Amino acid sequence: METTQQTESKIIELKPFTDEMVVNMGPQHPSTHGVLRLELILDGEVVREAIPHIGYLHRCFEKHSENLSYPQIIPFTDRMDYVAAMNQNWGFCLAVEKLMAADEKKDFAVPERAEYLRVLICELNRIASHLLSFGTYGMDTGAVTPFFYAFRDRERLLLLFEKICGARLTYNYIRIGGVSEIIHMEPGSLDEQNFLDEVKDFLDYFEPKIDEYNDLLTSNSIFSERTMGVAVMSAEMALSYGATGPNLRGSGVDWDLRRDEPYSIYDRFDFEVPVAKDIPELGAVVGDCWSRYKVRMDEMKESVRIVRQILAEGLPDGPVMADLKAVRPPKGEIYFRSEAPRGELGFYIVSDGTPKPVRLKGRSPCFSALSALQELSRGLMVADIIAIIGSIDIVMGEVDR
Amino acid sequence: MPEIFSEGFFPNINLQDETNWATDFVRDVIIPRLPEAVAGHFPVELGTVLVMVAFAGIFVAVVPLLPLVLVLAERKVAARFQNRTGPMRVGPWGTLQTLADGIKLIFKEDYIPPQGDKLLFLLAPYIIFACSFAVFAAIPFGDGIPIPGDFNIGIFYIMAISSVIVMGVIMAGWSSNSKWSLLGSLRSAAQIVSYEIPLGLSILTVVMLVESLGMQQIVASQDGGIFTWLIFRTPFTFIAFFIFFISSIAEVNRTPFDLPEAESEIVAGFHTEYSGMRFALFFIAEYANMFAVSAIGVTLFLGGWQGVLPGYDFLGGFPGFVIKTLGLVFLMMWLRWTLPRLRVDQLMNLCWKYFIPISFFNILGTGVWGLIFRHDDVWSIGISCAIIYVGLISAYAVAGRSLARKPEPQPS
Repeated sequence: METTQQTESKIIELKPFTDEMVVNMGPQHPSTHGVLRLELILDGEVVREAIPHIGYLHRCFEKHSENLSYPQIIPFTDRMDYVAAMNQNWGFCLAVEKLMAADEKKDFAVPERAEYLRVLICELNRIASHLLSFGTYGMDTGAVTPFFYAFRDRERLLLLFEKICGARLTYNYIRIGGVSEIIHMEPGSLDEQNFLDEVKDFLDYFEPKIDEYNDLLTSNSIFSERTMGVAVMSAEMALSYGATGPNLRGSGVDWDLRRDEPYSIYDRFDFEVPVAKDIPELGAVVGDCWSRYKVRMDEMKESVRIVRQILAEGLPDGPVMADLKAVRPPKGEIYFRSEAPRGELGFYIVSDGTPKPVRLKGRSPCFSALSALQELSRGLMVADIIAIIGSIDIVMGEVDR
Repeated sequence: MPEIFSEGFFPNINLQDETNWATDFVRDVIIPRLPEAVAGHFPVELGTVLVMVAFAGIFVAVVPLLPLVLVLAERKVAARFQNRTGPMRVGPWGTLQTLADGIKLIFKEDYIPPQGDKLLFLLAPYIIFACSFAVFAAIPFGDGIPIPGDFNIGIFYIMAISSVIVMGVIMAGWSSNSKWSLLGSLRSAAQIVSYEIPLGLSILTVVMLVESLGMQQIVASQDGGIFTWLIFRTPFTFIAFFIFFISSIAEVNRTPFDLPEAESEIVAGFHTEYSGMRFALFFIAEYANMFAVSAIGVTLFLGGWQGVLPGYDFLGGFPGFVIKTLGLVFLMMWLRWTLPRLRVDQLMNLCWKYFIPISFFNILGTGVWGLIFRHDDVWSIGISCAIIYVGLISAYAVAGRSLARKPEPQPS
């Protein structure tokens, strides 16, 4: 009896004690696209939970705006989505213009020339933004070279922007009632011709490059392995999280404000809206990281198409700024949304008839997309988290505002 | 003379070998110059060891210059791939950039994480550094260039030494007291341990053909020009070479297998917390390793220092060896700046589900081949080359179609 007890007591039970590890990814991390902080709960390499913490780039932009006149707010919008600042300028200006249009006493319309310049420059800006997204996504998945290619081309775009508005990143170009007149290109002048020629040169150079990038990264088998079928966001999920833009179209929802709720002069242009679909022979599933990425690659082509149409028509004559004495919208409120590169950028403005807004709220597409991260990343691996963040293409300046 | 050493003070050193260069050196050069009273009693084995140590000293002094060149080469190669010029400021065409970086790193603060394990933290870079340089001891650089560690088990020694590196990696990751470092080191451990298997198995195919583990013997068996190089000897060694090469990329933690130091995922992996010269040691070791595995690949499969044509010295000797090795190094750089990174599970899949079964198949095939043909028979080599040629053509026909640009899926 005693011996049995002794032998039994000698049995060592193997109970490996494993615990989940909590890791802070960010705010200083090479690939959280700015100052996003993720609280990762890891079981080895597997992510049990990825909780995003935001606010590291919060600059009280909305509250600040309440103390500024409307034109003064435009530079703040530059600093929201700083890689697509033209589109942010535009989104805000469109909202204010619509609010002002409600005032029947003022006869006010954005000049034709300004509309064309706006579309031209915003589509180029969309290309620049998607290029950055493409480059950093390559970097996120471990390929460094696409980043340099993307920045080489983006550099040419930035030089164009510099030419037209004097700034490379925070443009403050699109103003309420038109576009900035600071660097004024006279209609039909040599300046204008040079600028348009340069745009055309860029498009001629850039369009074949998209195919080159598709060869380099999109159809790379390691890249496909890493991104296809990973973090599938279904159409319902995308809609319920409020994902918009390429993220929504990547989930197979055919929705683009430029086509479905045309603002400005988008109804005059002929362009397609790329929507992801299942590609069984490659392994791509609608809503996975690859689809979201691919939609962006295809959108660049469509942007090129729009800009080509503008170049073919030529910029119309006339002023670039409406004859506005002061920006003083009537009492009322407005919500206006436009299609920025990252999705639906909405501005909600409450005005009491003074030159300053009572309340201003920006509806950030990145914020909504980021909220889906927690559900998308559950049960995946650490490397997939990076792939998801890159594929939903967030800019923290816009998430935090 | 052999009977003196047969019991041996230093059993690991191949003193039985009559042609041991260090012993020869002691007997032919040192002993005749000694006074006669001493010469008779001169301990030859001790002298042998001293000569070897002295030569190793020269090696240790010279070989670190290699990473110096390779780092610059990598930066220049990367720059070319990326439409840049690379470093251009320090020295002509930036050739002294690495030196400047090295000097900067020496003067940087040597930070030791206060919560970490100090001893292991300090030790880890030296272990990695020492092991990656110890590999060089057994690499046959050229005809007539003595190998400090000329063992009859050369390749086995290399495998053994290079396995110790992973210990240094784990030590570095653990002692840093950083979660990223820990993740990196665990990834590294899993990866290196896994990829050592296909690596070893591919080496085994060569060893089976040559029937020797000695590096010099392996080189000596490939002396009949390019078609007697072991890569073309049998179709199986041809496959084994690629498995060896890919596995060795994984062994030295380079893209697409650079998970242990995946910058975009786990910051810098196991050496996140290292700074200054300790970081530089990791860096140097990485590039030394890269050169070492390429040199091993050349020795095992690409003829070592043997020339392309029998009887001619074209691409032979020391320069030929270095050119071939740098060719493989360039291939690694090319891959690094082109490919994205695999995920952990895909990495393991590739190793365990593809490389290891193929490697076993290779060993089986090589054995059967050895039974059928005499290994350096002209017929054997001819048939082998024909099979490789047909295999490549058919592989291109089958895979090339799917590898060619896929029809652009047009989202409507």
